[in-house]
Amino acid sequence: MEVKINNIRKEFDRFAALNDVSLNIASGELIALLGPSGSGKTTLLRLIAGLDFPTAGQIFFGEEDASRHSVQERNVGFVFQHYALFRHMTVAQNIGFGLKVRPSASRPPKSEIKKRVSDLLDMVQLSGLENRYPNQLSGGQRQRVALARAMAIEPRILLLDEPFGALDAKVRKELRRWLREFHDRTGHTTVFVTHDQEEALELADRVVVMSQGKIEQVGSADDVYDRPQSPFVFSFIGESSHLPVEVKDGAVLFQGQPIGISEGADAAGDLFFRPEDVVLTDEKDALFGKVTACRRLAGTRIAEIDIANNGHDPFHVEVEVPLHAPVELGSEARFRPTRWKIFRK
Amino acid sequence: MTASATASSAGWRLKQPSIIPGFGLTLGFSLAYLSLIILIPIAGLLWRTAELGWSGFFAILSDERTIRALYVSFGTAFIAALINVVFGTLLAWVLTRYRFPGRRLIDAMVDLPFALPTAVAGIAFASLYAPNGWIGSLFMPFRIAFTPIGIVIALIFIGLPFVVRTVQPIMEEIDKEVEEAAATLGANRFQTIFNVLLPGLTPAILTGFALAFARGVGEYGSVIFIAGNIPYVSEIAPLLIVIRLEEFNYAGATAIATIMLLISFAMLLVINLIQAWSRRRYGNV
Amino acid sequence: MSDNRRISFRNPADESFSTKLVLVALSLAFLAFFLFLPLVSVFVEAFREGWGTYEEALVEPDAWAAIQLTLTVAAIAVPLNLVFGLAASWAIAKFEFKGKAFLITLIDLPFSISPVISGLVYVLLFGSGSLLGPWLKSYGIEILFAVPGIVLATVFVTFPFVARELIPLMQDQGTGDEEAALSLGASGWQTFWYVTLPNIKWGLLYGVLLCNARAMGEFGAVSVVSGRIRGLTNTMPLHVEILYNEYNMVAAFAVASLLALLALVTLALKTFLELRFGAGAAGGRH
Repeated sequence: MEVKINNIRKEFDRFAALNDVSLNIASGELIALLGPSGSGKTTLLRLIAGLDFPTAGQIFFGEEDASRHSVQERNVGFVFQHYALFRHMTVAQNIGFGLKVRPSASRPPKSEIKKRVSDLLDMVQLSGLENRYPNQLSGGQRQRVALARAMAIEPRILLLDEPFGALDAKVRKELRRWLREFHDRTGHTTVFVTHDQEEALELADRVVVMSQGKIEQVGSADDVYDRPQSPFVFSFIGESSHLPVEVKDGAVLFQGQPIGISEGADAAGDLFFRPEDVVLTDEKDALFGKVTACRRLAGTRIAEIDIANNGHDPFHVEVEVPLHAPVELGSEARFRPTRWKIFRK
Repeated sequence: MTASATASSAGWRLKQPSIIPGFGLTLGFSLAYLSLIILIPIAGLLWRTAELGWSGFFAILSDERTIRALYVSFGTAFIAALINVVFGTLLAWVLTRYRFPGRRLIDAMVDLPFALPTAVAGIAFASLYAPNGWIGSLFMPFRIAFTPIGIVIALIFIGLPFVVRTVQPIMEEIDKEVEEAAATLGANRFQTIFNVLLPGLTPAILTGFALAFARGVGEYGSVIFIAGNIPYVSEIAPLLIVIRLEEFNYAGATAIATIMLLISFAMLLVINLIQAWSRRRYGNV
Repeated sequence: MSDNRRISFRNPADESFSTKLVLVALSLAFLAFFLFLPLVSVFVEAFREGWGTYEEALVEPDAWAAIQLTLTVAAIAVPLNLVFGLAASWAIAKFEFKGKAFLITLIDLPFSISPVISGLVYVLLFGSGSLLGPWLKSYGIEILFAVPGIVLATVFVTFPFVARELIPLMQDQGTGDEEAALSLGASGWQTFWYVTLPNIKWGLLYGVLLCNARAMGEFGAVSVVSGRIRGLTNTMPLHVEILYNEYNMVAAFAVASLLALLALVTLALKTFLELRFGAGAAGGRH
């Protein structure tokens, strides 16, 4: 099912949780809504589900205006952050609930419900646990029951709110892979919310990066990591440092001095670069500062460098240096970014 | 300490080791006080009953007036507890979910039956529901006071906070996500409440019912004024105990007290079983 | 909102306004019949013949004696149960030992026993047919139909209140604070006084309030052991009964209104404690 979100605005007591958000989701796509808390990602998910209603704007499921329908009518599968399993119902009763509450005209017969439940348990690899209560399951098992329950109603789209948030690191990794396979098998249009960029980048076809009620960038993992389109995306995804610079006659100047890199048009702005996109150099035109800390990170080292700022608090940057480079605590390091982006002020 | 004593203390130990002092003092005092005030007097009651022997015990209990009194006490307490389950749950819902002017006041007032002396409640109900009282006169010629219905009314008052205060905290803990989950699965509000929320509250509601019922069976002060106390009709068991005592019929009082006590113990057991069952199955009450 | 067709949608975890209205109205009607009207009627009946008659009923010597006796009994029973409540909750909340659950059940026992039976057990223990009664009497000690019996019955009935309030509170707080204090060199008493007590003071106060309200208002148990000797062994609730049975309604309701006032003050303090110090300060069932 294709989902179209048109100019959605959502206010809570005059506070705009979402401000003019538009997004097209293709059928069968796996989309991550990524952002810090308060960015509006969960609000957007709840609006798609019909758990909240937009102040302005529309949401289309295919050709149908979903904003005309209540949550019950939208037929979406929603997996809640804390799963929201019905604790007085067994696993089987939980999964069958959505079928049981249908009006008698469209409700499948008991035997059919039973079969559907058992198929779903197979699919989420929980066969044999149908008579357990949620309380008797592990976190990962509850997760999968919640997913099976959402799938039981044959939803048009599947929505997951922080699906791995409440799990420990190891289970989280396993379930992540499993969810990707599950998605590839069932082909449902799926949207999930996360604040964990690793999760979003690894799992999703496209990542929607959100901040302060707006979409900052939509793109593949490579797009948002390698071609960030805003200072927020650059600093939110991966590690990065930034410095105020000017561009004059094609040369990038920091504190009025050329630093050995060039840019097209003249402007003033912020120079962003990642720790790994840096080379050490002996040349005069370069950034330089004092190494204040040095730590080992897997096969390389990260040097923390303070760049003097005319008596103000120094600029703090992090660069990745080869293991045996002559970078010592307290010494001066000179470097140039090899890949960077300048965001105009 | 000998080796065998060490070995046995490792196998069975009254208390887990702790650096906090005062265990012996506080537990010792508690047990001594508990024994003096509660256990020895109750043991005395049971001892007196044992002296009656089975035949003496049954002779008293099979007395028509005793049977009727027990029937009135248990019957009215049961009906009142049922009514309290309905209205107590409704009240708990309204208090936890809705915001309306006066909510705080009403929330505080629910505890009134805990704090108001039973005799005060008793005379207030008797004068209100009497045929010439504010409420009683509305229902004439149908009589409320001085009939078993009057007893039920007093017991509704007494039992209400037990249901509300047992159900309310559990209701407050209901995760909104659970209701939203039901809605995304297609359940309408009615189905969500009756298939999802209320079953989840069953252990709390049952506990509240049992507490209100247990309290109602033994209630005396608020009932005797409104009951009319007509033998065989509206005479409650605790009143019959008092009457037997005033007749210096200690055996009669003792036997009725013992059967009520045993039923109280059974109720306590039931309450504990409900809670244990619910904890085992749902993780908490 | 310009798009009015959306207004019909409401939060899926909420009822419609009209449903709410009906439910609130139903609750209020129920409470009016079972809580508010009885409470109001106490005061209306008490002042039916004006302030003068009301005052007279309270300063009448038997009523005054009943008030004094009630205060005396509460002044003995409440501190006893306070000490017990502290000791029992310390033992139960701070230590793990065998039979703990059973002990908690025993402490709850008086809640589920008819007050009449609570009085009866002392009649059987100290009455003329018992071993103890005549023996104590030979030394001039009267328990039954005297103040000691009333105190005992009151202690029995109000036994669980403080402990019931403190046990869950202290269990929630665990033993970390106490262990920290002890590791810093505090003695057991210092730990209790400076660390534990400040943590539980509001719960303790609430338990004492409830215990006191019940102690002053207890009727069934006291009526069995008191003998109702006017001016001597008549507590306020018993005095209410006597006046009521003599059809002296105004006087009965006047004394009752004092007890109702006590209940209202107790509830007001409870609500204040909850608002001021959070629900944790005052909760639990009674």
